[in-house]
Amino acid sequence: MKRLSAFNVVSLTLGFAFLYIPMLILILFSFNESKLVTVWAGFSTKWYGELMQNEAMLQAAWVTIKVAVFSSTIATVLGTMAAYVLVRSGRFLGRTLFSGMIYAPLVMPEVITGLSLLLLFIGIGLDRGVLTIVLAHTTFAMCYVSVVVSSRLATFDRSLEEAALDLGCSAAEAFRLVTLPIIAPAVVSGWLLAFTLSLDDLVIASFTTGPAATTLPIKIFSAVRLGVSPEINALSTIMIGIVTVGVISASLVSKRALVKQRQEEQEAVRTS
Amino acid sequence: MRRFLLISVPYIWLLALFLVPFVIVLKISLSDAAIARPPYMPTFDWAEGIWAFLSQLDLENFTWLIEDDLYWKAYLSSLKIALTSTILTLFVGYPIAYGMARAPEEWRPMLMMLVILPFWTSFLIRVYAWKGILANEGFLNQFLLWTGLATEPLQILNTTTAVYIGIVYTYLPFMILPIYAALDRMDDSLIEAAEDLGCSRMSAFWLVTIPLSKGGIIAGCFLVFIPAMGEFVIPSLLGGSDTLMIGKVLWEEFFSNRDWPVASAVAVILLLILVVPIVLFQRNQQKEQESDT
Repeated sequence: MKRLSAFNVVSLTLGFAFLYIPMLILILFSFNESKLVTVWAGFSTKWYGELMQNEAMLQAAWVTIKVAVFSSTIATVLGTMAAYVLVRSGRFLGRTLFSGMIYAPLVMPEVITGLSLLLLFIGIGLDRGVLTIVLAHTTFAMCYVSVVVSSRLATFDRSLEEAALDLGCSAAEAFRLVTLPIIAPAVVSGWLLAFTLSLDDLVIASFTTGPAATTLPIKIFSAVRLGVSPEINALSTIMIGIVTVGVISASLVSKRALVKQRQEEQEAVRTS
Repeated sequence: MRRFLLISVPYIWLLALFLVPFVIVLKISLSDAAIARPPYMPTFDWAEGIWAFLSQLDLENFTWLIEDDLYWKAYLSSLKIALTSTILTLFVGYPIAYGMARAPEEWRPMLMMLVILPFWTSFLIRVYAWKGILANEGFLNQFLLWTGLATEPLQILNTTTAVYIGIVYTYLPFMILPIYAALDRMDDSLIEAAEDLGCSRMSAFWLVTIPLSKGGIIAGCFLVFIPAMGEFVIPSLLGGSDTLMIGKVLWEEFFSNRDWPVASAVAVILLLILVVPIVLFQRNQQKEQESDT
């Protein structure tokens, strides 16, 4: 019989307080009247208004979203392919190198990834801007996607695919009609992961960007270096809000999908 | 044919954008700085041939790194900061993971969500949040003055202490999740057996729970240590001028001093240092996976 001891309760309370209080303070002070971020001077939403007037910030936000959409989409396609290769393709020439290249970027310090990609882009004379950030983000995000998708592929019942093939599906049809629907939740969470990683990235984007393309993290970093500002608090609050809504709805959707899948499986067992 | 295409597209992508860039870093780390565009010598020239090119490479940047004690100190202090904060994160994270694993079944998805949520929130924003807390006139100091625990504001921001707090805070979910996963898999009857056989609760914890969650502890420690070693954002936002970390040195070498060959050499050595923990981490993960099946 498990029972929470007083020690467990205290450590959970303190632990979650530690995780959440800094963010709550940040959110609270985005509604502060005063420019001083540490002294409360009454409720106001003026910093949100100022933020909406800030052309440079909005421009940066637009660039960031563009980069994130493109890179996470390409990364999802490439990462799913890579996962399929890792789990299904058996042996081929250079397989060890391939799986090494999938896992290495996950633990590579960002400064090294950023530096090396920048040196490549300069070496081949590619102008730095949105395109180079997309290439860089795609490369490291595809590795995360392939890890997420391959863990789903590995636990997947292959006989379903074989059945489809026996019943006359081509390999492509079997993938589209059987495999893809089953791994879809993993593909979606891979895409979401890639998207957030791209939104969040400061170091790699700083190395691979040019003067024409400033992303939001680069903008925030240069503002924050100088000190705290209520406008950045307002921006952070918006970003935290989006992530919270996103994570909670994603988990509700995946829970519902799981329930539905179980029901269908039971149904199938009963009718057979 | 289709299989060939399936393999070659991601393969070629990774070769071109992951492996080739490293070869370039390695090459430039062996080159000399030059006032040119790009700012290093020699650049590759097909006409001269590969041997003429190779003969111009040397280990000068690496000798420079060894002779100048700035770099030595930066590597050592990164190592120290990363190790210390990994241990601190373990001490903060383990009780949380343990509490989660013992919480009632119906709370757990909620608790998991609460740990994962910060992980999805911008890293930069979470580090920034501490700037307002740790500043001289920040909340922590206001609180300490109010309670009388301190009589004058403590200088925490822009010190190495702030870097420790920042690392523990941002990497905490990476420590909690693998430990929680290990504890969650554990069979509770083992604890009961130990207690029936005369173990006190404390010794059952040390002799059964801790060894059984070892895989999770190791995974969590590597997940904190490896990125903390090359960390740039935390030392540059929370640390002071005396906080030396190699990620920051590399950044400044590249962006401020514009010495590309030295920056590349710094990267090569950092990578060599990290190869050991990365390989150990992979081994641990493989072992965990095998024990699962």
